[in-house]
Amino acid sequence: MKFETPAGQNPIDQLKVVGRSTDRIDGKYKTTGTAPYAYERHDVVPNQAYGYVLGAGIAKGRLRGMDVAAAWKAPGVLAVLTTLDIPKLGLGKMNTANLFGGAEVQHYHQAIAVVVAETFEQARAASFLIRPDYAPEDGRFDLAAEARSAKPVGADSAEGSGGGPEDRVGDFEGAFAAAAVKLDETYTTPDETHAMLEPHATIAAWQGDRLTLWTSNQMIAWSKGSVAKILGIPPENVRVDSPYIGGGFGAKLFVRADAVIAALAAKAARRPVKLALTRPLIANNTTHRPATIQRIRIGATRDGTITAIAHESTSGNLPEGRPETAVDQTKLLYAGANRLTAMRLARLDLPEGNAMRAPGEAPGLMALEVAMDEMAERLGLDPVAFRVKNDTQVDPGHPERRFSHRDLVGCLRLGAERFGWARRSAKPGQVRDGQWLVGLGVAAGFRNNLLTKSAARVRLDGRGILTVETDMTDIGTGSYTIIAQTVAEMMGVSLDQVVVRLGDSDFPASAGSGGQWGANNATAGVYAACVKLREAVAQRLGVNSADAAFADGEVRAGNRGTPLAQAAAAGELVAEDGIEYGDIAKSHQQSTFAGHFVEVGVDVDTAEVRVRRMLAVCAAGRILNPKSARSQVIGGMTMGVGSALMEELAVDKKRGFFVNHDLATYEVPVHADIPHQEVIFLDEVDPMSSPMKAKGVGELGICGVGAALANAVYNATGVRVRDYPITLDKLLDRLPDAA
Amino acid sequence: MPNFGEIELSRRDVVAGAAACAAATGVPSSARAGTGPEGPVMAKVSLTVNGERRELELDTRTSLLDAAREHLRLTGSKKGCDHGQCGACTMIVDGRRINSCLTLAVMHQDSEVVTIEGLGDPRGLHPMQAAFIKHDGYQCGYCTPGQICSGVAVLAEIKAGIPSHVSADLNARPEATPAEIRERMSGNLCRCGAYSNIVEAMTEIAGRQA
Repeated sequence: MKFETPAGQNPIDQLKVVGRSTDRIDGKYKTTGTAPYAYERHDVVPNQAYGYVLGAGIAKGRLRGMDVAAAWKAPGVLAVLTTLDIPKLGLGKMNTANLFGGAEVQHYHQAIAVVVAETFEQARAASFLIRPDYAPEDGRFDLAAEARSAKPVGADSAEGSGGGPEDRVGDFEGAFAAAAVKLDETYTTPDETHAMLEPHATIAAWQGDRLTLWTSNQMIAWSKGSVAKILGIPPENVRVDSPYIGGGFGAKLFVRADAVIAALAAKAARRPVKLALTRPLIANNTTHRPATIQRIRIGATRDGTITAIAHESTSGNLPEGRPETAVDQTKLLYAGANRLTAMRLARLDLPEGNAMRAPGEAPGLMALEVAMDEMAERLGLDPVAFRVKNDTQVDPGHPERRFSHRDLVGCLRLGAERFGWARRSAKPGQVRDGQWLVGLGVAAGFRNNLLTKSAARVRLDGRGILTVETDMTDIGTGSYTIIAQTVAEMMGVSLDQVVVRLGDSDFPASAGSGGQWGANNATAGVYAACVKLREAVAQRLGVNSADAAFADGEVRAGNRGTPLAQAAAAGELVAEDGIEYGDIAKSHQQSTFAGHFVEVGVDVDTAEVRVRRMLAVCAAGRILNPKSARSQVIGGMTMGVGSALMEELAVDKKRGFFVNHDLATYEVPVHADIPHQEVIFLDEVDPMSSPMKAKGVGELGICGVGAALANAVYNATGVRVRDYPITLDKLLDRLPDAA
Repeated sequence: MPNFGEIELSRRDVVAGAAACAAATGVPSSARAGTGPEGPVMAKVSLTVNGERRELELDTRTSLLDAAREHLRLTGSKKGCDHGQCGACTMIVDGRRINSCLTLAVMHQDSEVVTIEGLGDPRGLHPMQAAFIKHDGYQCGYCTPGQICSGVAVLAEIKAGIPSHVSADLNARPEATPAEIRERMSGNLCRCGAYSNIVEAMTEIAGRQA
């Protein structure tokens, strides 16, 4: 089905199932521990051996050799495979560093060997007996130092943000020089790691020249192709299966070392092999969100009209790596005739920087939305009013492109009302609650909505059960449930009549999970398949599909109602189709919007920051399942608290690695850090997004929330911290007098 | 590598040493490998898991978590870090929640172990499991079994009058307030960020119990 014009009325608009707050259909499996994740699939293939991966102990250089004799002799060992045993492998989609093979070490903890043994304990013990002989080389590990030599680079995040090395509208420099009120500040964000709870894990089995990977991956079709490319085998010989994924946040967008090495190890051991990257390996072996240095300049008239806005970001990556696209939202978020956005990339020899939840916008808004707060203060304007004043309904660089639907103003106004914004003291450091300095902060959230093709297959059997198959993944996003809701709505059945099967590359290729594109596109693909199935049903029952109504398990045409199951009485009906998009995303800008509000308390003696209240008001088209969509948003808000207050991969600038590479030393928010969180969805639809009229929310929740928190800390204390995370050492000696 | 008695260590000592400090540095490689000349050091252990007596013969290095996941094929308990940092492996052992990745299976002769599978199954959910579904107290599901085991044990701890860091009065009975729940649950990480909903699920169950 090609989607080229705005959606009209369709069966989804009945909203009998879609749009209703619905418990997850996979909930009974997840809560009982019976949902099978990659490493746990004892049942899929017998005789599984255990792999254990060893990472490089240097950041850059070469391996002169590796003594594996003792490892081979260790009890239970079936195979030892080192990176020196095979040539350097090719790259999969979005990979920057090689996953295995060859003597070159490109980054710390890059995989250099795997041991396969009868048991996990034996494989682990034997891996400790390997003695690598390194020839280390000097590397570049300090972003601040390398930023001076960074080069202008354009890039696409592959998740909906990007731009040229330098993009201009009007005359920024002239307008900024002439502006009555100005801001020119620099902000930094640190390297962050995804820290999803399920490590990267794979079971690999060969049957002749056919490879099956039971793995944990967000993008099944990408990964099938990448595995084939990396291993040099035809894609049709690869099957990838990921029905349950224990979190990804971008870490599992693409094939990683676990999948490739499990496949190679299974070949070497002539046995199915299962392995997981150990937790201490993940931060350096896999990808991370790169640190940024962002300079923002805003110029405005005295009444607060922005006349000039510039956002420049410098980040670092391995050679061939891409910059963090932190400036992209600044092209679209506020009006202003004169604009500049630019990205520069420094070469670093740290591990690979790549996509993490809302790449680009997440760190970009942490800077931009603090700059807006600072500018509002300089103008003597309320931060909500300043944003409202500079709202735009068109793409400021291309005014002929309107937003398909944009209600940022509605988010901010409703949020202000619900949060009690009017009670905020404009002057910072004024509100005390016992031991606590209390402050409120606001920020806009912004994230684009991406249209990408997605397919599905729907089966109707003689019992009236509908089974939908698509390689779409559920990484905690609620895909199982919204897909079931879509089928139930389209076919007029209850949710318990629908079976959803996901994550298998033998199923039609879907949008996958990334860039908050999953929900809208995957359900639109299921919608397309259901339209086709409705036609097949109507034909089988001898009714005109245009006149047929599908409701309450029946197909009604005229006065006649026939049980849906009857259409499959003579044999299963199967329909397969997908959604594809015309130019609708080019003619109109599709984005999602939020108003984030945060209240913090800052301990007047210790500078400990505690989040007291959080509210997000979101405008993201039709919300397919408010229950799981709300969870997506609070999850983003929680990760945003981490970004603002605690998350930082500490760089050893001499040895070139992330030091705090485990879950004890890389701090993420815990229960005690997070208060009750409120989310309000504006009641809206966006007919330009798809027949579902929905947009993404999975990343909107993290976009802007860190800045709202930072602004609240400023409002509480009068201390402006421009270097994240806002740890107490950055506040302590600048706090107002406790007395 | 310093040698501290590699030759003198009997296999029995290796077992005891490994149990006491598996991660100790300087353990001779053969001991760290946990092997004698003829293979791994094995030991028998019998324990009760979810009400059922189980007899196992295990490599002594096997964690309680891996005994469950790899040997008993009870994969509901998750391995998120294998270092006691995330709580995904939480089991209730002899009435108390523990990180099952931080304890060796052979240390649990005659222990009563309850895993997530022992609380309920898809056809008969434990009230806490049902409350997690109702309040959407999970997303990817990977930390969920640990959260639920912890959640059940936390409410039992509060009921038993065990104070926490946030209990204002050590002599008063603690209440299942959001602050108490958040404090006690903070060893169970949820990167999807379902905390707000988990607290609501637990509060509902606590109210029902009260």
